[in-house]
Amino acid sequence: MIPAPFEYYRPREMAAVLALLAEHGDEARVMAGGHSLIPMMKLRMAEVPHLIDLQDVEGLSGITVSGGEIRLGAMVTQAEIIDSKELAQAAPILREAALQIADPQVRAMGTVGGNVANGDPGNDMPGLMQCLGARFTLVGPEGEREVAARDFYEAAYMTERDDDEVLTAVAFAVPEGGYAYEKQKRKIGDYATAAAAVQIRREGASCAAASIAMTNLSDTPVWSEAAAEALVGTELGPEAIEAAVTAMLAEIDPSEDNRGPVEFKRHAAVVILRRAIARAWSRA
Amino acid sequence: MPDKMHVKLTVNGEAQEFLAEPRELLIYALRERLNLTGPHVGCDTSHCGACTVIVDGKTVKSCTLFVAQANGAEITTIEGLGSPDDLSPLQRAFREHHGLQCGFCTPGMITRATKLLEENPTPTEEEVRFGMAGNLCRCTGYQNIVKSILAAAAEINAAKEAAE
Ligand SMILES: Cc1cc2nc3c(=O)[nH]c(=O)nc-3n(C[C@H](O)[C@H](O)[C@H](O)COP(=O)(O)OP(=O)(O)OC[C@H]3O[C@@H](n4cnc5c(N)ncnc54)[C@H](O)[C@@H]3O)c2cc1C
Ligand code: FES
Ligand code: FES
Repeated sequence: MIPAPFEYYRPREMAAVLALLAEHGDEARVMAGGHSLIPMMKLRMAEVPHLIDLQDVEGLSGITVSGGEIRLGAMVTQAEIIDSKELAQAAPILREAALQIADPQVRAMGTVGGNVANGDPGNDMPGLMQCLGARFTLVGPEGEREVAARDFYEAAYMTERDDDEVLTAVAFAVPEGGYAYEKQKRKIGDYATAAAAVQIRREGASCAAASIAMTNLSDTPVWSEAAAEALVGTELGPEAIEAAVTAMLAEIDPSEDNRGPVEFKRHAAVVILRRAIARAWSRA
Repeated sequence: MPDKMHVKLTVNGEAQEFLAEPRELLIYALRERLNLTGPHVGCDTSHCGACTVIVDGKTVKSCTLFVAQANGAEITTIEGLGSPDDLSPLQRAFREHHGLQCGFCTPGMITRATKLLEENPTPTEEEVRFGMAGNLCRCTGYQNIVKSILAAAAEINAAKEAAE
């Protein structure tokens, strides 16, 4: 499969990227690891007459943990997330999730920025970032702005990012308490049939705070405030968990595809969320 | 039609230069321009790993990389890992332990496994399976591939110990 021809650019500075985006409008697109974009270009489902490779652009790399905050440059790869000792300590849910994405070769190329900017409901990082309450930094002709991950996703492949903006970083507070990223997939390397990201903070015998987000069960990730609230203040007995699951089910809207019919996906969502809550609680 | 670009690569230690359209995929540049037909095109959809090569120290699927992205990079293919009279430990182990049948997946398997053993010289069976998850084989059922990689790891480690 051969993609349509394109003009290729590999600038070193963000100013040059923004100038190219301004000049070519929706005929131009940035490329990070290319492991979502290139397959789409090969299938000719995406046509990109002007392709801007971000690999040499300064300021997009690096993982920093300081002052209770974690910052991932947009070009940090899934492999780098897995290998970061600092991150494994500060936010182990990231490593747990990244290990469930694709396979080693894909993780060597796929970036966190591409994963969250892509807007594919199957991507794992958007739900994860909603669970963590992350913020995305966007830079465009009018300067920089931050958008909450929970406000970023509008519909499949439609995000709050304007065509002339580039996502430069993902940032969030060091999460507290227990965590779990649970994913049901047909085989290793597959996108989720259902996935859940859960963080739970425990005080004494009861749950003091919780955050729950579901992946690939709607055309955007689903951060379910109601599901989390059902757990807060309880000791996570069967009733509280049942209430959380019911709240989650009211918010997801899966569609039938080659991963199964709607009823099956709702069933998988329940199983996955129960597992994720139990594991996060056991680590809290 | 966009212009062709001047591409420079170092492949298996040799400098290579040619003109190519940026959309050319690395696997075709390797196979059709440089006659390195070890890396194969299996699925052409980033799944099977038959096209795996090492680019600047990373194992990547070369069907999912434009030659433009690789411009300036150092690349190693299966041809750079050993030769018929000087097989690498992994190549020897695959031969001895029947780690291949038709051989189609083998260059990608051995290239990926080379990197895996660099990252983790003493993998468990489970780590081998997880680390090789991006490479599919239609013939062997994987048992003998895993066996070959574990045997090669043991041989490499024994040789290292003997040298110390
Ligand atoms: C076989 C296979 C299996 C996979 N399985 C999974 C999986 O299970 N879970 C999962 O989450 N992903 C999966 N992926 C996708 C993989 O993780 C992608 O690499 C990732 O989604 C996109 O990252 P990228 O860096 O490759 O982005 P690219 O492909 O380069 O870009 C994707 C999109 O985002 C845009 N973009 C990229 N970077 C930026 C930026 N900084 N600012 C603005 N826009 C940007 C691009 O213009 C493009 O539209 C899989 C991919 C493959 C090939
Ligand atoms: S041919 Fe590249 S992954 Fe199958
Ligand atoms: S030996 Fe035939 S595909 Fe692996």
